[in-house]
Amino acid sequence: MIRKTVWIAGLLATVMVLTLLLSAGSPGSAAKIPQPAAAEVKVDNFSFGPATLTVPVGTTVTWTNRDDIPHTVVSTDKVFKSKVLDTDEKFSFTFAKAGTYPYFCSIHPKMTGSVVVQ
Amino acid sequence: MAKKNKDEILHDHNNDGIDRRGFLKCMAWAGTGALCVMEGGILKSYSLSRLGEISAKEMAGELSFVQISDSHMGFNKPANPDVAGTLKSAVEKINGLSRAPEFMLHTGDISHLSKPEEFDTVDQILKSASAKDVFFVPGEHDVLNDDGKSYLERYGKNAKGGGWYSFDKKGVHFMGLVNVMNLKAGGLGTLGHEQLEWIEDDVQHLKHSTPIVVFAHIPLWSVYPEWGWGTEDSAQALAYLKKFGSVTVLNGHIHQTMQKVEGNVTFHTAASTAFPQPQPGKADSPGPMKVPAEQLKSVLGITNVNYVQGRQALGVVDSTLA
Repeated sequence: MIRKTVWIAGLLATVMVLTLLLSAGSPGSAAKIPQPAAAEVKVDNFSFGPATLTVPVGTTVTWTNRDDIPHTVVSTDKVFKSKVLDTDEKFSFTFAKAGTYPYFCSIHPKMTGSVVVQ
Repeated sequence: MAKKNKDEILHDHNNDGIDRRGFLKCMAWAGTGALCVMEGGILKSYSLSRLGEISAKEMAGELSFVQISDSHMGFNKPANPDVAGTLKSAVEKINGLSRAPEFMLHTGDISHLSKPEEFDTVDQILKSASAKDVFFVPGEHDVLNDDGKSYLERYGKNAKGGGWYSFDKKGVHFMGLVNVMNLKAGGLGTLGHEQLEWIEDDVQHLKHSTPIVVFAHIPLWSVYPEWGWGTEDSAQALAYLKKFGSVTVLNGHIHQTMQKVEGNVTFHTAASTAFPQPQPGKADSPGPMKVPAEQLKSVLGITNVNYVQGRQALGVVDSTLA
Protein backbone atom coordinates (compact mmCIF):
# COMPACT_ATOMS: atom_id res chain seq x y z
CA MET A 1 0.00 0.00 0.00
CA ILE A 2 2.72 2.40 0.99
CA ARG A 3 4.80 1.39 -2.03
CA LYS A 4 1.82 1.93 -4.31
CA THR A 5 1.26 5.47 -2.92
CA VAL A 6 4.90 6.33 -3.43
CA TRP A 7 4.66 5.05 -7.00
CA ILE A 8 1.58 7.20 -7.69
CA ALA A 9 3.27 10.20 -6.12
CA GLY A 10 6.29 9.63 -8.31
CA LEU A 11 4.11 9.39 -11.39
CA LEU A 12 2.32 12.59 -10.47
CA ALA A 13 5.63 14.36 -9.96
CA THR A 14 6.82 13.20 -13.36
CA VAL A 15 3.64 14.39 -15.03
CA MET A 16 3.95 17.74 -13.30
CA VAL A 17 7.57 18.14 -14.39
CA LEU A 18 6.65 17.17 -17.93
CA THR A 19 3.77 19.62 -17.91
CA LEU A 20 6.04 22.39 -16.72
CA LEU A 21 8.62 21.52 -19.37
CA LEU A 22 5.96 21.48 -22.08
CA SER A 23 4.57 24.80 -20.89
CA ALA A 24 7.99 26.38 -20.96
CA GLY A 25 8.59 24.98 -24.43
CA SER A 26 5.41 26.41 -25.96
CA PRO A 27 4.74 30.04 -25.07
CA GLY A 28 1.29 29.99 -26.69
CA SER A 29 -0.08 27.32 -24.38
CA ALA A 30 -1.39 29.89 -21.84
CA ALA A 31 -4.01 30.92 -24.42
CA LYS A 32 -5.51 27.45 -24.16
CA ILE A 33 -7.07 28.40 -20.84
CA PRO A 34 -10.60 29.36 -21.97
CA GLN A 35 -11.27 33.07 -21.48
CA PRO A 36 -14.23 35.08 -22.71
CA ALA A 37 -13.14 37.16 -25.71
CA ALA A 38 -13.48 40.93 -25.37
CA ALA A 39 -13.03 43.88 -27.70
CA GLU A 40 -13.33 47.64 -27.38
CA VAL A 41 -14.76 50.38 -29.56
CA LYS A 42 -14.04 54.01 -28.71
CA VAL A 43 -16.69 56.60 -29.44
CA ASP A 44 -14.63 59.72 -30.00
CA ASN A 45 -14.89 62.88 -32.11
CA PHE A 46 -18.30 61.83 -33.40
CA SER A 47 -16.97 58.54 -34.81
CA PHE A 48 -16.64 54.87 -33.89
CA GLY A 49 -13.09 53.51 -33.71
CA PRO A 50 -12.44 51.13 -35.27
CA ALA A 51 -15.34 51.74 -37.64
CA THR A 52 -15.24 48.06 -38.62
CA LEU A 53 -14.34 45.58 -35.90
CA THR A 54 -13.79 41.88 -36.67
CA VAL A 55 -14.13 39.44 -33.75
CA PRO A 56 -14.65 35.71 -33.16
CA VAL A 57 -18.06 34.33 -32.18
CA GLY A 58 -18.72 34.79 -28.47
CA THR A 59 -16.86 38.10 -28.17
CA THR A 60 -18.21 40.79 -25.87
CA VAL A 61 -17.75 44.22 -27.47
CA THR A 62 -17.71 47.27 -25.21
CA TRP A 63 -18.30 50.80 -26.53
CA THR A 64 -17.07 53.74 -24.42
CA ASN A 65 -18.17 57.31 -25.11
CA ARG A 66 -15.15 59.63 -24.95
CA ASP A 67 -17.03 62.69 -26.29
CA ASP A 68 -18.48 65.67 -24.42
CA ILE A 69 -21.77 64.93 -26.16
CA PRO A 70 -24.02 61.90 -25.58
CA HIS A 71 -24.18 59.14 -28.18
CA THR A 72 -26.00 55.84 -28.67
CA VAL A 73 -25.03 52.50 -30.20
CA VAL A 74 -27.99 51.15 -32.16
CA SER A 75 -27.99 48.10 -34.44
CA THR A 76 -29.42 48.96 -37.87
CA ASP A 77 -31.13 45.54 -37.88
CA LYS A 78 -32.45 45.99 -34.31
CA VAL A 79 -30.18 43.32 -32.83
CA PHE A 80 -28.93 45.58 -30.01
CA LYS A 81 -29.60 49.08 -28.73
CA SER A 82 -27.82 51.01 -25.99
CA LYS A 83 -29.40 53.58 -23.76
CA VAL A 84 -28.02 57.10 -24.13
CA LEU A 85 -24.32 57.08 -23.22
CA ASP A 86 -23.09 60.28 -21.61
CA THR A 87 -19.36 61.00 -21.34
CA ASP A 88 -17.36 57.91 -20.21
CA GLU A 89 -20.44 55.67 -20.07
CA LYS A 90 -20.18 52.20 -21.59
CA PHE A 91 -22.36 49.71 -23.44
CA SER A 92 -21.54 46.02 -23.98
CA PHE A 93 -23.03 43.35 -26.20
CA THR A 94 -21.97 39.71 -26.65
CA PHE A 95 -22.07 38.42 -30.21
CA ALA A 96 -23.15 34.77 -30.10
CA LYS A 97 -23.73 34.34 -33.83
CA ALA A 98 -21.51 34.90 -36.85
CA GLY A 99 -22.53 37.69 -39.19
CA THR A 100 -22.11 41.38 -40.01
CA TYR A 101 -23.78 43.80 -37.62
CA PRO A 102 -24.03 47.39 -38.90
CA TYR A 103 -24.87 50.00 -36.27
CA PHE A 104 -25.12 53.79 -35.85
CA CYS A 105 -25.68 56.58 -33.33
CA SER A 106 -29.40 57.32 -33.39
CA ILE A 107 -28.73 60.90 -32.22
CA HIS A 108 -26.05 61.59 -34.85
CA PRO A 109 -26.91 59.16 -37.64
CA LYS A 110 -23.88 60.18 -39.71
CA MET A 111 -21.91 58.13 -37.17
CA THR A 112 -21.91 54.54 -38.42
CA GLY A 113 -19.89 51.41 -37.70
CA SER A 114 -20.04 47.65 -38.01
CA VAL A 115 -19.03 44.52 -36.14
CA VAL A 116 -18.05 41.48 -38.22
CA VAL A 117 -18.41 38.26 -36.20
CA GLN A 118 -16.57 35.21 -37.62
CA MET B 1 -32.42 101.27 -41.32
CA ALA B 2 -30.02 100.89 -38.45
CA LYS B 3 -26.41 101.89 -38.50
CA LYS B 4 -24.33 99.15 -39.98
CA ASN B 5 -22.13 97.38 -37.49
CA LYS B 6 -19.70 94.61 -38.15
CA ASP B 7 -21.54 92.05 -36.04
CA GLU B 8 -24.94 93.07 -37.25
CA ILE B 9 -26.74 91.45 -40.11
CA LEU B 10 -29.35 93.47 -41.89
CA HIS B 11 -31.30 92.12 -44.78
CA ASP B 12 -33.90 94.02 -46.67
CA HIS B 13 -35.08 92.07 -49.64
CA ASN B 14 -37.87 94.46 -50.50
CA ASN B 15 -35.82 96.03 -53.22
CA ASP B 16 -35.07 92.70 -54.75
CA GLY B 17 -38.67 91.72 -55.13
CA ILE B 18 -39.97 88.28 -54.60
CA ASP B 19 -39.52 87.21 -58.20
CA ARG B 20 -35.81 87.38 -57.92
CA ARG B 21 -34.27 84.21 -59.26
CA GLY B 22 -30.78 85.04 -58.20
CA PHE B 23 -29.07 83.26 -55.42
CA LEU B 24 -27.92 85.35 -52.53
CA LYS B 25 -25.83 83.77 -49.90
CA CYS B 26 -25.11 85.50 -46.65
CA MET B 27 -23.33 83.89 -43.81
CA ALA B 28 -22.44 85.26 -40.45
CA TRP B 29 -20.10 83.31 -38.27
CA ALA B 30 -20.30 85.39 -35.16
CA GLY B 31 -22.33 82.86 -33.22
CA THR B 32 -24.94 85.13 -31.75
CA GLY B 33 -28.60 85.24 -31.03
CA ALA B 34 -30.72 87.26 -33.36
CA LEU B 35 -33.60 89.62 -33.20
CA CYS B 36 -36.05 88.98 -35.98
CA VAL B 37 -38.29 91.79 -37.12
CA MET B 38 -40.91 90.83 -39.62
CA GLU B 39 -41.84 93.58 -42.00
CA GLY B 40 -44.31 92.67 -44.66
CA GLY B 41 -42.77 89.27 -44.95
CA ILE B 42 -39.12 90.37 -44.78
CA LEU B 43 -37.26 89.13 -41.79
CA LYS B 44 -34.72 91.71 -40.65
CA SER B 45 -31.76 90.55 -38.68
CA TYR B 46 -29.85 92.56 -36.12
CA SER B 47 -26.96 91.41 -33.99
CA LEU B 48 -28.19 91.37 -30.43
CA SER B 49 -25.01 92.88 -29.10
CA ARG B 50 -25.96 96.02 -31.03
CA LEU B 51 -29.59 96.05 -30.06
CA GLY B 52 -29.17 99.07 -27.85
CA GLU B 53 -28.28 101.11 -30.93
CA ILE B 54 -31.41 100.19 -32.83
CA SER B 55 -34.25 102.59 -32.18
CA ALA B 56 -37.68 101.46 -31.13
CA LYS B 57 -39.03 103.03 -34.32
CA GLU B 58 -36.80 100.89 -36.48
CA MET B 59 -37.81 97.82 -34.58
CA ALA B 60 -41.46 98.65 -34.74
CA GLY B 61 -43.65 96.44 -36.80
CA GLU B 62 -46.84 94.55 -36.46
CA LEU B 63 -45.15 91.71 -34.72
CA SER B 64 -41.96 91.15 -32.80
CA PHE B 65 -40.79 87.86 -31.34
CA VAL B 66 -37.59 86.23 -30.14
CA GLN B 67 -35.96 82.93 -31.06
CA ILE B 68 -33.70 81.14 -28.61
CA SER B 69 -32.08 77.78 -29.19
CA ASP B 70 -29.90 74.97 -27.90
CA SER B 71 -30.03 75.65 -24.16
CA HIS B 72 -28.63 72.14 -23.45
CA MET B 73 -29.69 72.34 -19.82
CA GLY B 74 -27.71 69.69 -17.94
CA PHE B 75 -24.51 70.13 -19.99
CA ASN B 76 -21.63 70.70 -17.54
CA LYS B 77 -18.44 70.19 -19.54
CA PRO B 78 -15.60 72.75 -19.86
CA ALA B 79 -17.15 74.45 -22.92
CA ASN B 80 -19.72 75.91 -20.47
CA PRO B 81 -20.02 74.65 -16.89
CA ASP B 82 -22.96 77.03 -16.24
CA VAL B 83 -25.59 76.70 -18.98
CA ALA B 84 -28.29 77.86 -16.54
CA GLY B 85 -26.34 81.09 -16.03
CA THR B 86 -26.02 81.81 -19.75
CA LEU B 87 -29.72 81.04 -20.31
CA LYS B 88 -30.49 83.59 -17.60
CA SER B 89 -28.25 86.08 -19.46
CA ALA B 90 -30.28 85.39 -22.61
CA VAL B 91 -33.49 86.17 -20.70
CA GLU B 92 -31.95 89.41 -19.42
CA LYS B 93 -31.06 90.30 -23.00
CA ILE B 94 -34.64 89.65 -24.08
CA ASN B 95 -35.99 91.72 -21.20
CA GLY B 96 -33.72 94.57 -22.23
CA LEU B 97 -35.16 94.82 -25.76
CA SER B 98 -36.63 98.24 -26.48
CA ARG B 99 -39.80 96.59 -27.64
CA ALA B 100 -40.97 93.61 -25.63
CA PRO B 101 -41.39 90.59 -27.90
CA GLU B 102 -44.85 89.09 -27.95
CA PHE B 103 -43.64 85.53 -27.60
CA MET B 104 -40.61 83.28 -27.88
CA LEU B 105 -39.71 80.35 -30.10
CA HIS B 106 -37.33 77.72 -28.74
CA THR B 107 -35.82 75.75 -31.61
CA GLY B 108 -34.82 72.69 -29.63
CA ASP B 109 -32.15 71.02 -27.55
CA ILE B 110 -33.90 72.53 -24.57
CA SER B 111 -32.25 69.82 -22.45
CA HIS B 112 -28.97 67.95 -22.80
CA LEU B 113 -30.18 64.48 -21.75
CA SER B 114 -34.02 64.71 -21.88
CA LYS B 115 -34.20 64.63 -18.07
CA PRO B 116 -37.35 66.04 -16.42
CA GLU B 117 -35.29 68.24 -14.09
CA GLU B 118 -33.48 69.75 -17.09
CA PHE B 119 -36.78 70.74 -18.73
CA ASP B 120 -37.99 72.02 -15.33
CA THR B 121 -34.97 74.31 -15.00
CA VAL B 122 -35.46 75.79 -18.48
CA ASP B 123 -39.19 76.34 -17.88
CA GLN B 124 -38.39 78.04 -14.60
CA ILE B 125 -35.74 80.38 -16.09
CA LEU B 126 -37.94 81.32 -19.06
CA LYS B 127 -40.74 82.33 -16.70
CA SER B 128 -38.82 85.49 -15.89
CA ALA B 129 -38.78 86.58 -19.55
CA SER B 130 -40.90 89.52 -20.65
CA ALA B 131 -42.53 87.31 -23.27
CA LYS B 132 -44.67 84.74 -21.51
CA ASP B 133 -45.62 82.38 -24.32
CA VAL B 134 -42.95 80.00 -25.59
CA PHE B 135 -43.44 77.77 -28.60
CA PHE B 136 -41.11 74.78 -28.64
CA VAL B 137 -39.90 72.27 -31.19
CA PRO B 138 -37.70 69.37 -30.06
CA GLY B 139 -34.02 68.87 -30.72
CA GLU B 140 -32.52 65.38 -30.78
CA HIS B 141 -31.38 65.89 -27.17
CA ASP B 142 -35.01 66.33 -26.06
CA VAL B 143 -36.26 62.97 -27.34
CA LEU B 144 -33.44 60.65 -26.30
CA ASN B 145 -35.04 57.89 -24.28
CA ASP B 146 -38.66 57.31 -25.15
CA ASP B 147 -39.17 58.36 -28.78
CA GLY B 148 -40.18 61.78 -27.54
CA LYS B 149 -43.06 60.63 -25.32
CA SER B 150 -42.11 62.72 -22.29
CA TYR B 151 -41.28 65.72 -24.50
CA LEU B 152 -44.73 65.53 -26.09
CA GLU B 153 -46.44 65.19 -22.72
CA ARG B 154 -44.80 68.41 -21.60
CA TYR B 155 -44.71 70.57 -24.76
CA GLY B 156 -46.84 68.88 -27.38
CA LYS B 157 -50.35 68.92 -25.96
CA ASN B 158 -51.78 70.79 -28.95
CA ALA B 159 -49.42 69.29 -31.49
CA LYS B 160 -50.11 66.87 -34.30
CA GLY B 161 -48.48 63.48 -34.86
CA GLY B 162 -44.87 63.64 -33.73
CA GLY B 163 -45.14 67.15 -32.28
CA TRP B 164 -45.62 69.47 -35.26
CA TYR B 165 -48.19 72.29 -35.19
CA SER B 166 -49.07 75.68 -36.63
CA PHE B 167 -50.60 78.91 -35.37
CA ASP B 168 -51.30 82.42 -36.61
CA LYS B 169 -50.20 85.72 -35.10
CA LYS B 170 -51.14 89.07 -36.64
CA GLY B 171 -51.47 87.67 -40.14
CA VAL B 172 -48.26 85.62 -40.00
CA HIS B 173 -48.55 81.85 -40.23
CA PHE B 174 -46.11 79.95 -37.97
CA MET B 175 -45.25 76.27 -38.48
CA GLY B 176 -43.28 74.33 -35.85
CA LEU B 177 -41.74 71.25 -37.46
CA VAL B 178 -40.03 68.16 -36.02
CA ASN B 179 -37.01 66.75 -37.88
CA VAL B 180 -35.18 64.89 -35.10
CA MET B 181 -37.21 61.67 -34.86
CA ASN B 182 -36.70 58.26 -36.52
CA LEU B 183 -33.31 59.20 -37.91
CA LYS B 184 -31.82 56.62 -40.27
CA ALA B 185 -28.25 55.30 -40.23
CA GLY B 186 -26.02 57.51 -42.35
CA GLY B 187 -28.78 60.05 -42.87
CA LEU B 188 -29.68 63.64 -41.93
CA GLY B 189 -32.65 65.18 -40.17
CA THR B 190 -35.98 63.82 -41.35
CA LEU B 191 -39.50 65.27 -41.52
CA GLY B 192 -41.15 62.08 -42.74
CA HIS B 193 -44.10 61.35 -44.97
CA GLU B 194 -46.84 62.03 -42.41
CA GLN B 195 -45.48 65.47 -41.53
CA LEU B 196 -44.92 66.40 -45.19
CA GLU B 197 -48.56 65.59 -45.92
CA TRP B 198 -49.60 67.73 -42.99
CA ILE B 199 -47.49 70.66 -44.27
CA GLU B 200 -49.13 70.45 -47.69
CA ASP B 201 -52.55 70.39 -46.11
CA ASP B 202 -51.81 73.09 -43.53
CA VAL B 203 -50.91 75.76 -46.08
CA GLN B 204 -53.41 74.77 -48.73
CA HIS B 205 -56.02 77.41 -47.91
CA LEU B 206 -53.67 80.28 -47.06
CA LYS B 207 -53.41 83.33 -49.30
CA HIS B 208 -50.10 83.49 -51.18
CA SER B 209 -49.43 86.86 -49.58
CA THR B 210 -49.44 85.34 -46.08
CA PRO B 211 -45.98 85.56 -44.55
CA ILE B 212 -44.83 82.12 -43.39
CA VAL B 213 -42.41 81.43 -40.55
CA VAL B 214 -41.15 77.85 -40.33
CA PHE B 215 -39.16 76.83 -37.26
CA ALA B 216 -37.45 73.50 -36.63
CA HIS B 217 -34.30 72.28 -34.87
CA ILE B 218 -32.03 70.90 -37.59
CA PRO B 219 -31.46 73.32 -40.51
CA LEU B 220 -33.89 72.83 -43.38
CA TRP B 221 -31.12 73.66 -45.84
CA SER B 222 -27.94 71.80 -46.51
CA VAL B 223 -25.46 73.58 -44.23
CA TYR B 224 -22.91 70.74 -43.97
CA PRO B 225 -24.23 67.23 -44.60
CA GLU B 226 -20.90 65.68 -43.58
CA TRP B 227 -21.79 66.63 -40.01
CA GLY B 228 -25.46 65.86 -40.42
CA TRP B 229 -26.33 69.56 -40.70
CA GLY B 230 -29.26 69.33 -43.05
CA THR B 231 -32.65 67.65 -43.51
CA GLU B 232 -33.17 64.78 -45.96
CA ASP B 233 -36.62 65.73 -47.17
CA SER B 234 -36.68 69.51 -46.62
CA ALA B 235 -36.86 70.17 -50.37
CA GLN B 236 -40.31 68.58 -50.44
CA ALA B 237 -41.48 70.76 -47.54
CA LEU B 238 -40.15 73.91 -49.20
CA ALA B 239 -41.83 72.94 -52.47
CA TYR B 240 -45.19 73.24 -50.69
CA LEU B 241 -44.21 76.77 -49.63
CA LYS B 242 -43.05 77.93 -53.07
CA LYS B 243 -46.26 79.80 -53.82
CA PHE B 244 -45.82 82.14 -50.86
CA GLY B 245 -44.15 85.51 -51.29
CA SER B 246 -42.33 85.43 -47.98
CA VAL B 247 -41.02 82.36 -46.18
CA THR B 248 -38.69 82.67 -43.21
CA VAL B 249 -37.03 79.49 -41.91
CA LEU B 250 -35.59 79.60 -38.38
CA ASN B 251 -33.37 76.76 -37.17
CA GLY B 252 -30.88 75.93 -34.41
CA HIS B 253 -28.70 72.82 -33.95
CA ILE B 254 -25.42 74.19 -35.31
CA HIS B 255 -24.74 76.63 -32.44
CA GLN B 256 -23.78 79.54 -34.70
CA THR B 257 -25.62 82.09 -36.79
CA MET B 258 -25.86 81.69 -40.51
CA GLN B 259 -28.12 83.11 -43.16
CA LYS B 260 -28.98 82.25 -46.70
CA VAL B 261 -31.57 83.66 -49.07
CA GLU B 262 -32.88 81.54 -51.88
CA GLY B 263 -35.74 82.95 -53.95
CA ASN B 264 -38.63 83.67 -51.63
CA VAL B 265 -37.06 81.85 -48.68
CA THR B 266 -34.78 83.32 -46.03
CA PHE B 267 -32.95 80.71 -43.97
CA HIS B 268 -31.52 81.58 -40.60
CA THR B 269 -29.85 79.63 -37.82
CA ALA B 270 -29.62 81.00 -34.28
CA ALA B 271 -26.78 80.83 -31.80
CA SER B 272 -26.96 78.55 -28.79
CA THR B 273 -27.46 79.88 -25.29
CA ALA B 274 -25.09 77.15 -24.01
CA PHE B 275 -21.89 76.62 -26.05
CA PRO B 276 -20.54 77.30 -29.55
CA GLN B 277 -19.76 74.68 -32.19
CA PRO B 278 -17.06 74.94 -34.87
CA GLN B 279 -17.65 76.31 -38.35
CA PRO B 280 -18.45 73.53 -40.83
CA GLY B 281 -15.40 71.40 -41.49
CA LYS B 282 -13.13 73.59 -39.37
CA ALA B 283 -12.62 70.90 -36.71
CA ASP B 284 -12.39 67.11 -36.51
CA SER B 285 -15.97 66.92 -35.29
CA PRO B 286 -18.92 69.19 -34.50
CA GLY B 287 -18.37 68.76 -30.74
CA PRO B 288 -18.58 71.68 -28.27
CA MET B 289 -15.97 74.36 -28.91
CA LYS B 290 -14.08 75.62 -25.90
CA VAL B 291 -13.31 79.32 -25.90
CA PRO B 292 -11.68 81.37 -23.12
CA ALA B 293 -14.25 81.95 -20.35
CA GLU B 294 -14.29 85.71 -20.91
CA GLN B 295 -15.20 85.19 -24.58
CA LEU B 296 -18.00 82.70 -24.03
CA LYS B 297 -20.87 85.19 -23.99
CA SER B 298 -19.67 86.72 -27.26
CA VAL B 299 -20.35 83.42 -29.04
CA LEU B 300 -23.77 82.80 -27.48
CA GLY B 301 -26.90 84.74 -28.25
CA ILE B 302 -30.54 85.24 -29.08
CA THR B 303 -32.46 86.15 -32.24
CA ASN B 304 -35.17 88.78 -32.54
CA VAL B 305 -37.62 88.86 -35.46
CA ASN B 306 -39.86 91.72 -36.54
CA TYR B 307 -42.63 91.91 -39.08
CA VAL B 308 -44.09 95.00 -40.66
CA GLN B 309 -47.13 94.61 -42.83
CA GLY B 310 -46.75 95.66 -46.45
CA ARG B 311 -43.09 94.82 -46.74
CA GLN B 312 -41.87 91.57 -48.09
CA ALA B 313 -39.49 90.05 -45.59
CA LEU B 314 -39.18 89.77 -41.86
CA GLY B 315 -36.26 91.35 -40.06
CA VAL B 316 -34.00 88.95 -38.22
CA VAL B 317 -31.56 90.31 -35.69
CA ASP B 318 -28.88 88.23 -34.00
CA SER B 319 -27.24 89.48 -30.86
CA THR B 320 -24.65 88.01 -28.57
CA LEU B 321 -24.95 87.68 -24.82
CA ALA B 322 -21.79 89.71 -24.32
